[in-house]
Amino acid sequence: MMNSEFGRKLASAAFIIGLFVVWEALCLLFHVSDVILPRPSQIFVTLWDKFPALWPHTLQTLYTTMVGFVGGVVIGIMIGIIIGWSKLAYDVAYPLLVGFSSIPKVAVVPIFVLYFGSGTVPAVLTALIMSIFPVVVNVATGLATTEPELEDVMKALKATKFDILWNVGLPRAMPYFFASLKVAITLAFVGSVISETVASNRGIGNMMMIASASFDVPLVYAGLFILAVLGVALYAIFSLVEGRVTGWAHRKTEFAMGA
Amino acid sequence: MSEEDFVTLENVAVTYGRKAETSVTALDETNLRIGRGDFIALVGPSGCGKSTILKLVGGLIPASRGYVYVAGRELGAEPVRIGIAFQNPTMLPWLKIRDNVMLPLKIVPPFRAEYRAKKDSEFKDRADALLAQVGLRGFGDKYPWQLSGGMLQRASLCRALVHDPQLLLLDEPFGALDQFTREELWAIMQELWIARKPTVILVTHDLREAGYLANRIAVMRARPGRIIDDSVVPFPRPRSMDMIYDPSFVTLTQRLRELIVEVRGDNVPQTRATVEAAA
Ligand SMILES: Nc1ncnc2c1ncn2[C@@H]1O[C@H](COP(=O)(O)OP(=O)(O)OP(=O)(O)O)[C@@H](O)[C@H]1O
Ligand SMILES: [Mg+2]
Repeated sequence: MMNSEFGRKLASAAFIIGLFVVWEALCLLFHVSDVILPRPSQIFVTLWDKFPALWPHTLQTLYTTMVGFVGGVVIGIMIGIIIGWSKLAYDVAYPLLVGFSSIPKVAVVPIFVLYFGSGTVPAVLTALIMSIFPVVVNVATGLATTEPELEDVMKALKATKFDILWNVGLPRAMPYFFASLKVAITLAFVGSVISETVASNRGIGNMMMIASASFDVPLVYAGLFILAVLGVALYAIFSLVEGRVTGWAHRKTEFAMGA
Repeated sequence: MSEEDFVTLENVAVTYGRKAETSVTALDETNLRIGRGDFIALVGPSGCGKSTILKLVGGLIPASRGYVYVAGRELGAEPVRIGIAFQNPTMLPWLKIRDNVMLPLKIVPPFRAEYRAKKDSEFKDRADALLAQVGLRGFGDKYPWQLSGGMLQRASLCRALVHDPQLLLLDEPFGALDQFTREELWAIMQELWIARKPTVILVTHDLREAGYLANRIAVMRARPGRIIDDSVVPFPRPRSMDMIYDPSFVTLTQRLRELIVEVRGDNVPQTRATVEAAA
């Protein structure tokens, strides 16, 4: 039998290419103007032609996303450990966090602009705010799911709370943490772009706003395409990292592969 | 007992839950003395408080009333080395079997201070020697998911013993195993006990297991949990499986079985203890 993993990837790629082909054909068939919906070929041409202008925007968006993401993850880990470790902190902080997470994050952009002006800082902060919550929840959950019997084993050994955290809690929380990273990076990306569209003079989000104001629709779509590719790439990178680092949590597939 | 007491429970009561209407009195007016190096089995119907006694002695829960002394001091005052194993082996899935077994050495003084220096030499050999003793030679480098349930239970015993505990607490450690593995592990357990002489409290539902392994068998009743019988098992060591068919051994287990059947009443479905004792 053919390698089914390879077969699935092939089918998936064929599907995406097919979609572009159908899109192209329909636009040609019905003579759709490129101001309404540009054809994929036009979008790719725009991407190619405007690449020197697009590249700095792409870097800017990537930069604000990554800085915000890293900050959000660091803060998220710290809050997650505190909440997962201390019952009191959990009781006090959890309702607050849930309330906080239910605020639409776009709403904080004007506040950041108020204090920091428009530009890089609000984009970084929005990305940061967006990526904190999934990390907190997952780290705290990972710490809280220690089996009671294992905890008894550790307590009978007179292990300190820190021993338990270090030897059992944190390793146990790792798969949860790495699963949260791919969610957090996607959210950070969204936050960054949102902030750029509202208050920035750089970044893909800002570029798309300007392009749409001048009805350069192919350029808008080119921006969208870049965002899609970046989003998928970031997600893929962190899925890969997750699989590598926490193989033991997915032991069945690993075992099946003869590892 | 000929030697000094190592574990003493004095009029101990344990109540779970704070609210009066929902609280459960798991243990009431319990007195128990266990000599240093003794091996005692706790048997009784389900829910009678066997695990509660174990947790109490292990310092995992406090007594609501009364006193618990370990090594002549009130619990927690003296750093007693304790090993513990449950029915569920609870290995850490991200560590190799050897590292799982060495976990207590990482935590418990005096080994703790030397862990970094000796984990690749002396401690490693120590863990490997124990693994070999329970029939897991060469499995130290495997991960827990690569072992069967019975093998994990053996590893769990090693983890309970690796730091040379003075007190060994076993809560149905052989309960989930097949009959042959269980009998093999009884023999291994007996060897380990004879060689090291820790004080052991074994909770079990299997009266033959209790009789084979223990010097004493305490029978408990439920609601409120209490010890109602405490018998000496007078058979010489090392014991073999043949002893189980000895008429006086059968008489002993029969008597214990009747005691348990009596205290658990008739309205509850049969537990493994009675089914197996009858078999
Ligand atoms: N954490 C807890 N909270 C509330 N009640 C509990 C708790 N642990 C045990 N109990 C109750 O205390 C009683 C004794 O429980 P224990 O676990 O000591 O029984 P056991 O003799 O070990 O039973 P088994 O043979 O089924 O393991 C039971 O009635 C049980 O419902
Ligand atoms: Mg129990």
